[in-house]
Amino acid sequence: MTAAALFLAAAVALLLLTGVYVYRVGIGPTVFDRILGVSGFGTKTTVVLLLMGAVYERVDMFVDISLGYAILSFVGALAAARYFERSGEQR
Amino acid sequence: MIALLTLLLLAGLFFHGVAALGVIRLPDFYARLHAVGKAETLGVILTLGAVMVWAGPSLTAVKVGFVALFLFLANPTSTHALGRAAFRLGVKPWRREPESGRE
Repeated sequence: MTAAALFLAAAVALLLLTGVYVYRVGIGPTVFDRILGVSGFGTKTTVVLLLMGAVYERVDMFVDISLGYAILSFVGALAAARYFERSGEQR
Repeated sequence: MIALLTLLLLAGLFFHGVAALGVIRLPDFYARLHAVGKAETLGVILTLGAVMVWAGPSLTAVKVGFVALFLFLANPTSTHALGRAAFRLGVKPWRREPESGRE
């Protein structure tokens, strides 16, 4: 088994696990559950980007995209948490 | 090399799976924060460690390490901010029901 096939299998497994977060975003009882689901989705997407970079043997290109995505996801989660803390909605 | 990559990826996927199980099964929001804040961070570090090992000693491996370091700092921070916001808004922590719990 080559390294590329290994990374591809790991990326597919991570994408399957992402469905759990989509489920949580859909049914989450409070709005914070939904934000948590989106945040975990972003983290998994960062990892999947790097794994796909390893599959295509272009990690040097994908790592910058992945770092930008991680920063945007982090700032987005913080901003959403602060916004819903101010507005007081719980659903 | 392949054996080390397999080991790191399997360990990382295990912790990702534990985090996903926690997100889908745990009873309330604060418990789910716990799953995402710790198990997923460890899974990310192990998975990105596999990519670092595969890339070898180069600038790319250092950048991947920086992504892992950033997620190591950012993931608990964002879950902490979410938990604090939810607590200030008065989201109730889960308790065992008194009549259905036997002990």
